[in-house]
Amino acid sequence: MSKEQILAEIRRRLRRPQESLQAAQAALEEALQQKVRGPMPALPPDAQGLRERFLAQAERHASCCERIASIEVAPWAVRRFLDARGLPRRAVIWPSLAELDWQGAGVEVAARAAQDADLVGITACFCAIAETGSLMLCSSPQTPATVSLLPPTHIALVPASRIVATMEDAWQLARAELGMLPRAVNFVSGPSRTGDIEQTIVLGAHGPAHVHLLLIESA
Amino acid sequence: MESRAHRFRRNIAEALANPVLQANLSKAKGKFVEKRAQAIQELDDFEATREAAREIRDRVLANLDLWLETFEANARARGATVLWAKDGNEVSRLVVEIAKRHGVKKVVKSKSMLSEEAGLNQALLAAGIEPVETDLGEYILQINGYEPPSHIIAPVVHKSLDEIADLFARTHRTPRKTEIAALTREARQVLREHFLTAEMGVTGGNFLIAETGSVALVTNEGNGRMVTTLPRVHVAITGIEKIVPTLEDLSTLMRLLPRSATGQSISNYVSVLTGTKNPAELDGPEHLYFILVDNGRTRLLGSDYQPMLRCIRCGACMNHCPVYQTIGGQAYGWVYPGPMGSVLTPLLLGLEKAHDLPYAATLCNQCGVVCPVKIPLPELLRNLREEADKRRLRPWRERLALRAWAWIALRPSLYALASRLLVRYLAWLAEGRGGISVLAAAPGWTMGRNFPAPEGETFRTRYRMRKRGP
Ligand code: SF4
Repeated sequence: MSKEQILAEIRRRLRRPQESLQAAQAALEEALQQKVRGPMPALPPDAQGLRERFLAQAERHASCCERIASIEVAPWAVRRFLDARGLPRRAVIWPSLAELDWQGAGVEVAARAAQDADLVGITACFCAIAETGSLMLCSSPQTPATVSLLPPTHIALVPASRIVATMEDAWQLARAELGMLPRAVNFVSGPSRTGDIEQTIVLGAHGPAHVHLLLIESA
Repeated sequence: MESRAHRFRRNIAEALANPVLQANLSKAKGKFVEKRAQAIQELDDFEATREAAREIRDRVLANLDLWLETFEANARARGATVLWAKDGNEVSRLVVEIAKRHGVKKVVKSKSMLSEEAGLNQALLAAGIEPVETDLGEYILQINGYEPPSHIIAPVVHKSLDEIADLFARTHRTPRKTEIAALTREARQVLREHFLTAEMGVTGGNFLIAETGSVALVTNEGNGRMVTTLPRVHVAITGIEKIVPTLEDLSTLMRLLPRSATGQSISNYVSVLTGTKNPAELDGPEHLYFILVDNGRTRLLGSDYQPMLRCIRCGACMNHCPVYQTIGGQAYGWVYPGPMGSVLTPLLLGLEKAHDLPYAATLCNQCGVVCPVKIPLPELLRNLREEADKRRLRPWRERLALRAWAWIALRPSLYALASRLLVRYLAWLAEGRGGISVLAAAPGWTMGRNFPAPEGETFRTRYRMRKRGP
């Protein structure tokens, strides 16, 4: 078996004395328990500062940002955005957002995984990261991963209260609220891009070409 | 992938004589370097983060067996299958087996240097399975007859827009496009079809996380997400050294990887994938396989070369290498170019098959300074040179010359005499012109530049006169 052979070879090469094996195992367990953080970047200490940092970083990745007052008005903001872009008032949404009054706003939505023909995908996010202006999306039956991936336009609802400072904080939140990691955690920082041809950046490689963030101030 | 590293000298000559390649290389020069420099400045404490990253990687390597077992147990607990492969052939065999088991006809791939090591595409083709590369750069190489990549991050950095425009028109039978955006759109359309119809996705892995049994994938294009979301089966192929202990450690390394690679503060998509789809989920793969690959890596453990296993494949060392900039990546003859390739290729394939590579460096230490995990690349290159000499792999003339030099250098008065004679001889050759245009002993060296003429006195003579005072 290759596994046994590889592990035996590693042990032979490491030449670790038998006594130190236990210590190594203990150190490993401790590292897994302690989850020590590396050097942390200096970030604003207050929620307001983190919000501004998040928006500034998200814009650097070419996401568009818009502030809205509450989650209830999100469908109307979506409609305005679609109209302004000349897009049909139609979108695939996370099932977790099905409760919003899409009908009232006149936006036709389908709550499911995305398909190739969908032009607009609407998601919320598990949380957002101020340091890098990233969204953290967690997959689940209510939050399918394809909705933020297949459609050329991705609209994301970002509650201001869910903005954390760093990726480390995001993991901590996930451990506290979800227990174990979902199948797919995706950190999304702006529209997909490529620089493969002559190092020239083009937006909209395989994923969305537009990412529109609706920052919900009261949530 | 078949290695052409043993014919490195010929590869270099060809690269230098290729005007198209030279034009493309000089166009690309410096872009990554500038962006990286800016991105590093944004980091509050680059050196401390770099030191932390080195420590994380060293900590894993020191007990790699235990970390691998932890990873395997946690990955299994979430429904993944963990397989192990000693070499490239075993990787190919395992992937073909998995494909057959699940009735796979088409495989979409996101960039994986390990699958290049294994020559996986050829193995899939031989088994009647269609591989499709989905990273734009890798796709371009595939439709150009499986051309080898020239960079681990930017595989077609050696190609011009013109060449790619021709290639697309020829392959897709579409009108020739000369805008980069239009070419990208065309590739998006062609590849979208493949994403939707492939039954299996194959990826590499930037990191494996022991704590959770997950693989982390870093991409900008989103192809990594497609390949791991749409097909029924996902196979992640990674080297055994790719483990990091915790999600916190991943976060530290993610501050360095995109900055060192492309100068981004974060890549567009960082995906952390764990286990298989829950039955109630509406998308995601039903089967997840990890293939943990040795392919020569264990040989580095416990040796002087162990630090090389810290490598996180950011490409910064090649972006900063004057030799790489001049000859391009394909000349190195195998999967990994630049300083990291000059160390890794001889170690993984055997020094006898690639003993010219450690000499493809000026030892200027730019690579050592930028490496985010502090790999002492020049030191490792020097070690390999010594070893090549000791194992008598170098040409007899070179060995003889080195021995002769060492013999003289150990005899100070003889050395002084010899250098005095040499300096006079060179000054006579230069005939007061300040430079020598053809050196008989090293004609290749003076082909593109003049050898500066000495001014008639040796350092030692001058030093003595200085001490004596005017
Ligand atoms: S050796 Fe260092 S600089 Fe080069 S690719 Fe590896 S991590 Fe990056």
